[in-house]
Amino acid sequence: MSAALLELDRVGRTFGGVRAVHDVSLKIQEGEIVGLIGPNGAGKTTLINAITGVPPPTSRRLRYRGTAIGHKKPNHIAALGLARTFQVVQPFPDMTVLENVMAGSLFAGGSASMADARDAAREQLEFTGLAPLADRPASKLTLANRKRLELAKSLAMRPKLLLLDEVNAGLNSAEVNQALELIGKIRARGITILIIEHLLKVVLTLCPRIVVLHHGELIADDAANDVVRDPKVIEAYLGSKFAERYGARHG
Amino acid sequence: MRRNFLILLIGLIVLAPVPFLTDTYVLRLGTTALMYVSLSLAWNMIGGFAGYPSFGMAAFFGLGAYASGILQVNGFAGPVGWIGAGLVGLAFALALGAVVLRLRGHAFAIATLVVAEVLKEITNAWNSLTGGGMGLNMPYQKMDPIAGARIYFYAMLACATISLAATILVAGSKLGFALRTIKQNEDAASMVGVNTTTAKVIAFALSGALGALVGGVYTSWINFIEPADVYDPLFSIKPIVMVLLGGSGTVFGPVLGAAAFLLLDEIVWRNFLETHTGILGLVIVLLILFLPKGLGSLSWPRLLQRSAR
Ligand SMILES: Nc1ncnc2c1ncn2[C@@H]1O[C@H](COP(=O)(O)OP(=O)(O)OP(=O)(O)O)[C@@H](O)[C@H]1O
Ligand SMILES: [Mg+2]
Repeated sequence: MSAALLELDRVGRTFGGVRAVHDVSLKIQEGEIVGLIGPNGAGKTTLINAITGVPPPTSRRLRYRGTAIGHKKPNHIAALGLARTFQVVQPFPDMTVLENVMAGSLFAGGSASMADARDAAREQLEFTGLAPLADRPASKLTLANRKRLELAKSLAMRPKLLLLDEVNAGLNSAEVNQALELIGKIRARGITILIIEHLLKVVLTLCPRIVVLHHGELIADDAANDVVRDPKVIEAYLGSKFAERYGARHG
Repeated sequence: MRRNFLILLIGLIVLAPVPFLTDTYVLRLGTTALMYVSLSLAWNMIGGFAGYPSFGMAAFFGLGAYASGILQVNGFAGPVGWIGAGLVGLAFALALGAVVLRLRGHAFAIATLVVAEVLKEITNAWNSLTGGGMGLNMPYQKMDPIAGARIYFYAMLACATISLAATILVAGSKLGFALRTIKQNEDAASMVGVNTTTAKVIAFALSGALGALVGGVYTSWINFIEPADVYDPLFSIKPIVMVLLGGSGTVFGPVLGAAAFLLLDEIVWRNFLETHTGILGLVIVLLILFLPKGLGSLSWPRLLQRSAR
């Protein structure tokens, strides 16, 4: 078997004494779309932060295409083809939508000049449907559009692996459907995706494989249908009492 | 970018004949103004473009002044001293930047504030090289006062031109773009691939080199330097006020701000600020609160309309 696109080997992150992520081992193959789920505070965002290097993990055994990246700086990791979106959106507020996306193409997308970067950015704005808003300051966008801007910015980096953190949180159902369509189109470009998602419906639609974090530890990594029936997962989400009853009735 | 260089060129054409049309008093004011224009543009590199509130301009200015002074006392010509000052400033800023630019916000500001004090103490103590607290006299040169005034006006004009040209180039380049993203959100900048450390260190080094160059010319102009004079914290604070006044992170804001500040200083306050530093602090606070983007951001037509009513 060829080397995984991304490989985590007992990756951890502590804050003070708190183990937000602990001993997570995980492989993602090229071309996959993997769902990452878990209750609030499970450590999902922390795990993505650790992969992209801000803040860096406390135990750093990460490999991307066989190369160790645990000690690399975030901008180097980005240049290798890893891009992410932020759960709490992080635009450059006083810059225009176009300039925000340009940053992605200029510094990680391989654009040779400012003019190239601008062209590449316009392409991503078309793709994500933000083109009419190109000259707005990013701070003036609605939440749905800010989430889309996050996507456009990371796509402009020409990533091989895209880490999506709650791109649908706070969107209404029509907006969710648009976002789903967009993610489908990104998949069609051959980009590998790891997606954190609260809406189970979305994860089950998109992801054949799901991994589950709970209290910072990986408690399941399996085909989507098996994961949602896994008693450990049900317990993590709904508490042990419920899981017992559910297990008694269905087991 | 071409438009900005055109404006610079027009400015030069306008200023070039000035030394032959005025007296030494006006020339001295003009030279002072050009010096602060240069220092404001230098501060804008790190403080305006990258948003790192440096209080270190006095350190670079003083260091440059002494580098230039020591070279001249040892027999080198003025211009050699100036270039030497710029290079010393560049090297010092690179080394210092690699350390202090790991800090952000207040911590960075305080760290830079301390540097000038430390350099001042070293200069005071290192008698054999710097002349210590007694200061350093430049070698005597027999020169007609008006000729000297003209030379140093042009020397400072050259400093301002270099500073503005560097500013125009940075603003239009990938580096300038990187600095803007750092100012807005440094973590997000590094995630889109900006090498934040390199960008910040380059901006700081440019800022330091320009500040030291100006200090180097100042030594030749004034002919005598002493630690308390060239490491004066006002050399750190005034450029900040000027840039905030004119528009931080813009190309011409620092020029506008320096001019506006000195005009007020000369006409209205009569050097009031020199003796009442507290007032200067108040001005900074008011500026940040009420005019965060500087004079350049005011809607002048609307203001005029309102006052016409
Ligand atoms: N910078 C930090 N300092 C201290 N503790 C932190 C920090 N970031 C996260 N944590 C803690 O780490 C744990 C995991 O948080 P994280 O944000 O990764 O969870 P999550 O799975 O993304 O949750 P959510 O579904 O709410 O987004 C939480 O207990 C959180 O309080
Ligand atoms: Mg999260």
